[in-house]
Amino acid sequence: MRWLKNRDTLYGFLVILPSLVLLGIFVYVFIFQTFYTSLTDWGRDPAQALALDPQLRFIGLDNYRELFTGFVDVRFRQTLVNAFFFTIFFILGSLLVGLGLAMVLDRSPRGEGFFRTIFLFPMSLSFIVTGTIWRWMLQPEGGVNRLPTLVGLPEGEFAWLTSREQIWQVSWNDLPFITALVVGAILIFIAIAAFRGSENRRAWIATGSAALLLLWAFTLGRNLQPLPYDEMHGFNLAFIGIILAAIWQMSGYTMALYLAGLRGIPEELREAARVDGASDWQLYRRVILPLLAPITLSAMIILGHISLKIFDLIFAMAGADNAPTDVPALLMFITTFRANQFAEGAAIGTILLLLVAIVIVPYLYSQLKSEVRR
Amino acid sequence: MMGRIFQYTVLFTATLFFLLPVYLVVVTALKEPAAITLDTTWQLPQVWYWASFVEAWTAFLPKMQNSFFLTIIATLLSAILGSLNGYVLAKWKFPGANIVFPLMLFGMFIPYQAVLIPLFQFVREIGLGGSLWGLILVHVVYGLPITTLIFRNYYAEIPDEMIEAGRIDGAGFFGIYSRIVFPLSVPGFVVVIIWQFTQIWNEFLFAVTLVSSPDQQPVTVALAQLAGGEAVQWNLPMAGALLAALPTLLVYILLGRYFIRGLLAGSVKG
Amino acid sequence: MRKFFLALVAAALGSLALAQSGRLEIFSWWAGDEGPALEALINLYKQRHPNVTVENATVTGGAGVNARAVLKTRMLGGDPPDSFQIHAGQALISTWVVADRMEDLTPLFTQEGWMNRFPRGLLDMISYRGRIYSVPVNIHRSNVMWFVPSRLREWGVQPPRTWAEFLTVCRTLQGRGLEAPLALGENWTQQHLWESVALGVLGAADYANLWNGRLRFNDPKVIEVWNTFGRVLDCANRDAAGLSWQHAVDRVLEGRAAFNIMGDWAAGYMTTTKRLRPGEGFGWAPSPGTAGVFMMLSDSFGLPKGVKNRANAVNWLRLLGSREGQDTFNPLKGSIPARTDGDPARYNAYLQSAMRDWRTNRIVGSLVHGAVAPEAFQSQFGTVLEIFLSARNAQAAGNAAQAIATQVRLGQ
Repeated sequence: MRWLKNRDTLYGFLVILPSLVLLGIFVYVFIFQTFYTSLTDWGRDPAQALALDPQLRFIGLDNYRELFTGFVDVRFRQTLVNAFFFTIFFILGSLLVGLGLAMVLDRSPRGEGFFRTIFLFPMSLSFIVTGTIWRWMLQPEGGVNRLPTLVGLPEGEFAWLTSREQIWQVSWNDLPFITALVVGAILIFIAIAAFRGSENRRAWIATGSAALLLLWAFTLGRNLQPLPYDEMHGFNLAFIGIILAAIWQMSGYTMALYLAGLRGIPEELREAARVDGASDWQLYRRVILPLLAPITLSAMIILGHISLKIFDLIFAMAGADNAPTDVPALLMFITTFRANQFAEGAAIGTILLLLVAIVIVPYLYSQLKSEVRR
Repeated sequence: MMGRIFQYTVLFTATLFFLLPVYLVVVTALKEPAAITLDTTWQLPQVWYWASFVEAWTAFLPKMQNSFFLTIIATLLSAILGSLNGYVLAKWKFPGANIVFPLMLFGMFIPYQAVLIPLFQFVREIGLGGSLWGLILVHVVYGLPITTLIFRNYYAEIPDEMIEAGRIDGAGFFGIYSRIVFPLSVPGFVVVIIWQFTQIWNEFLFAVTLVSSPDQQPVTVALAQLAGGEAVQWNLPMAGALLAALPTLLVYILLGRYFIRGLLAGSVKG
Repeated sequence: MRKFFLALVAAALGSLALAQSGRLEIFSWWAGDEGPALEALINLYKQRHPNVTVENATVTGGAGVNARAVLKTRMLGGDPPDSFQIHAGQALISTWVVADRMEDLTPLFTQEGWMNRFPRGLLDMISYRGRIYSVPVNIHRSNVMWFVPSRLREWGVQPPRTWAEFLTVCRTLQGRGLEAPLALGENWTQQHLWESVALGVLGAADYANLWNGRLRFNDPKVIEVWNTFGRVLDCANRDAAGLSWQHAVDRVLEGRAAFNIMGDWAAGYMTTTKRLRPGEGFGWAPSPGTAGVFMMLSDSFGLPKGVKNRANAVNWLRLLGSREGQDTFNPLKGSIPARTDGDPARYNAYLQSAMRDWRTNRIVGSLVHGAVAPEAFQSQFGTVLEIFLSARNAQAAGNAAQAIATQVRLGQ
């Protein structure tokens, strides 16, 4: 404890201590309490659900089992599917729009500052404000659907937020199999990359786990059926409008990230490529985009965790009760505060945390590791 | 030449995409309730009707005051704490700081649903249930990771030689902070304050669960209830949305540079 | 002498009441069109207790769905409003009463002589283990079908009396180019439609048996309800989820739909906001298959334990239960008094007919509006509806409903 002898370091520690204690309670203790709550029956007995000092029973992982295999919790499973599709399209859309705008702005057009301001201003708005505005934009017989009439075309018919249509349906029972296939494919991809970079140990580990996983998928995995019947889940078309609004709000962010990245690419590099006779397209494909890859990864992770947590936007756009546009964060709120099923709500919260942690923890780890190396 | 045309086509299409909602909000807010029909959505109002703003203003003024009260106090507190924490983590690393820091950072990514139930029980138990002070506490605590992060990265740029020089002059932990570090922090504070102001002003989940007495509601909750209510007359929610957006929008327009810096800092290294 | 003494006590009590000062927070979901009725009641309160500052804490949102969530965070957060609106019946009993968070109001009822001023059945509904926990202010009817008589004549159809007739009329109208003869709104209004279909298909006795556990939700009779419900939905507009109940009523008034099933607050909306005359501008009938049955719901106010301004809150409840209070509130709200001695002259044509039905019809309670089903069941019923809508599978919906009923110990 030599550092204790250094008075100033001790002061430093004492200064940061209250923050650490507060965050310790508000993050880690609360997460633990939520997890513990999710293992109880809080809410199942109405007389205890809302009592000032409820008596709870420990029931293990029963709430989780219910959520994934219980008959009435089909809504929860659909929210997971919804969150999945929302995340994919939201990230994809924001990245593409952001990159496109950044590339155009990077050429310093006239009025660049003005355009940048326009593209970024939705970032400063509350999701509630955005949701309220877009809810009005997407009224079935007004707003966006009337836009074509302004140029003489027939009006749009799409029932944006109220659509009940679902496409790309998959049975819940096929999900373990499909997940295994996808993870297996990723592992094989990693293996190939590692072989190329002649990191043999990593390559063999990846190949081995991919083989094991795929073997499992095609033998035991096929027989793992969480439900005794087929339950179809797919992409709810009602989400298109919400994805659009989310892209409207967040693509300015990716644009700012990419623009900062593009401006950081030394002009000599571009010059050199041009001297070598590279066309604009080749310049982007061979030189610039690879340099932007780390930014893309950062943006994907930040957007990914935002989209998993999405709550306010949908609350304001479609309301909390509209099942086709439900997501886990909203369902947790309803389950807890409307149906009084506190333990089940806590279980949904915990699952949500796990999903976010899968995205964030490796990211934080790699970010801070690279920093230490520096 | 073709490239030029293409470039401006992209810019103008994008501008249209970003501004159409704004246009719709403004014209709807300026129409008489009876004149708002779905098939004339996009037309300019025939009569300019300002009463919606008056009505929204009277309804929202108390909520805006709540939001200002909450946002200003929570922003300042979390900025000051973040500055001190950042100073410690950048210049006075104690053993284990490298483990503690990522643990702190994790707090800014968690889905708050995972802490919501114990959170409102805790706030009730310490006697802040239902009041704005409870909400302030929550925003300060969950704001600490990002403010600490921004200040830590900012202070890392201050050369260690300056700190060393301060020590040689006989200044200690606090002396160096107040004489050397703090005076250099103004841009850092601007970034953090703008970021926190925007975040806290715009926040909804904590506001809707922790403060529910209508006379203490922040403006986001009031807007969600106004727009989510029944028989929505769209002029009022639109005028309300404009009012609720105004403070953060002004901050963004006036101090956009710093806003973007906070934005980039949010992705840990930027 | 004794009378004089009593009068003296009463006067003393009265002046005590008058001397009350401080605040009173009233929590409700009455906003917009329903606002003026509450305002009138608050004004009456202010006249009697001028020193009390009344805070009207309103949380808007159809049928109180938002309000109940907010109320929960407040109660759980240890910050109860002085008095809050809640649907009479299981909405209160299954939540705050069983959790021992409400004050017993039986003494107030005996003291004010209300025990024989309210119908026996209603008192049973707001009681738990023999004690009364809330003061009902009004009665609404859930099973009403609305239409515009002149339009029906134009189309040459009669208001259907059974669901089978309804489906025939629906096909006729669709044949004449009316795409969606039934106007339907967002989620809870669909559940509202369901309870009318259930009552029509099952009849009053079996409908009541659903809630005491004697009829199971996966019984073939109840599965038939879902089948009928599915066919009725085929007559409704596709954009339902985006419409509030008022928007749905508007569709009928605009002639874009022929019928709407909604509680009789719709009458208040059409007379007050739309300025239509009951019987001319709009007509009504019991929803198909439910003639002679009155599916009721009632708004009531309770007294949470540990409120800040208890005396003011008790005075508020006293006003709510009084004849004057009820006759001030209800004509404006578009509902009938919960007391049996309301003055018919103060009510419009629709409400007078409702008052007659209330006295003569068989009474059952509403599911969606918290009279008969515990909140935990009612709030998860939306999921059941979702299960049905996603695959139109009646058996699956029945099984899901029964699973939830078992889980929340319905009827036990």
